[in-house]
Amino acid sequence: MSDKKYLRNDKLPHIWCPGCGNGIVLSALERALEQANVDKDKTVIVSGIGCSSRMPTYMDFNTLHTTHGRALAFATGVKLANPELTVFVIMGDGDATAIGGNHLIHACRRNIGLNAIVVNNNIYGMTGGQYSPLTPTGMKATTAPYGMVERNFDLCELAHAAGATYVARGTVFHAKPLTDLILESMDNDGFSMVEVLSTCPIGFGRRNKIRGNYELMEWVKNRAVNVKAAAKMSEEDLRGKLLIGRLYSEPAEEYTKCYDKIIEIAGKEAKR
Amino acid sequence: MPAKYQKEIDTRLCKGCGICVDLCPKEVYDRDALGKPIIARDENCVYCKQCMLHCPDFAIEFIPLKEGEA
Ligand SMILES: Cc1ncc(C[n+]2csc(CCOP(=O)(O)OP(=O)(O)O)c2C)c(N)n1
Ligand code: SF4
Ligand code: SF4
Ligand code: SF4
Repeated sequence: MSDKKYLRNDKLPHIWCPGCGNGIVLSALERALEQANVDKDKTVIVSGIGCSSRMPTYMDFNTLHTTHGRALAFATGVKLANPELTVFVIMGDGDATAIGGNHLIHACRRNIGLNAIVVNNNIYGMTGGQYSPLTPTGMKATTAPYGMVERNFDLCELAHAAGATYVARGTVFHAKPLTDLILESMDNDGFSMVEVLSTCPIGFGRRNKIRGNYELMEWVKNRAVNVKAAAKMSEEDLRGKLLIGRLYSEPAEEYTKCYDKIIEIAGKEAKR
Repeated sequence: MPAKYQKEIDTRLCKGCGICVDLCPKEVYDRDALGKPIIARDENCVYCKQCMLHCPDFAIEFIPLKEGEA
């Protein structure tokens, strides 16, 4: 019987398929929260809709399982109402970059103090494996039976360009470094995003003839290059690779703090 | 390597995904008929905990052994 400090252990086993990366992400996240020793009553976990968005169901906090693509909108409300709270937002790649893409860029732009975790399993897992804006070009999906025609986003570059002040990428193959990145992201006052290269053995792996659960984790590993190692590699060698590690850390004033100042100014004006 | 932990596999939580078996650098585990791990060569274990860290189902636990328990 699992007895993890921050899990609703009685809700296990979870609903995810055997070998699904979501469980590895949840495990890494739980360890980060343990190491940070967060206060259960001052931490909120928000998610959208998707397999990965089931994560809060298993987490022993105040949790909000919202609507597809809108997790950041709900989380923005939570944070503005009570800026003291630590707010995690868990989203799938479809959730965060397709239907919720606009919420993502504007949360980045505002630099609101949320900790976003985007579980990128390259596919819409829950609805049966349709492609997402993060499906790598050429890979198969139910809606791309001959291979994905479109180019995929580099999500971390997108978040950085939109204004996120902490951006990192981890993978389910590198479980311990993932915990370290999540922990580090919590130190940033403003908007933090950790993209996790994850696995959907059912919707993505099988369709792309990567059959074993561990084989799919190795496929993820082979797509990734540590940002420090990348500095010594040629452009040729880096083609098609995704950088992992801490990519950007550029602290700036957090949104609810800026907002507090407006409240103060407006209050003074009203008294005049 | 002398045992520092006792490994426990929760077969109720385990879904037999095979990740721990495939990932262990020391081939500590065999598979049972359902694909769930059997601790077959515990003496080879180097306690890297990679199996536990990558189990998607919270099914592997390392329970620290007190001195003299090994
Ligand atoms: C407004 C709305 N549109 C569509 C859906 C159907 N739907 C549910 S989950 C999902 C996509 C899930 O993919 P992703 O966000 O990548 O998460 P994953 O399941 O892969 O973790 C979609 C399209 C919905 N629930 N609500
Ligand atoms: S469909 Fe994919 S993402 Fe969803 S639980 Fe199964 S393996 Fe995980
Ligand atoms: S701790 Fe390391 S060596 Fe021991 S069983 Fe697990 S993966 Fe194998
Ligand atoms: S990794 Fe976990 S769920 Fe998968 S076979 Fe091993 S113990 Fe079972």
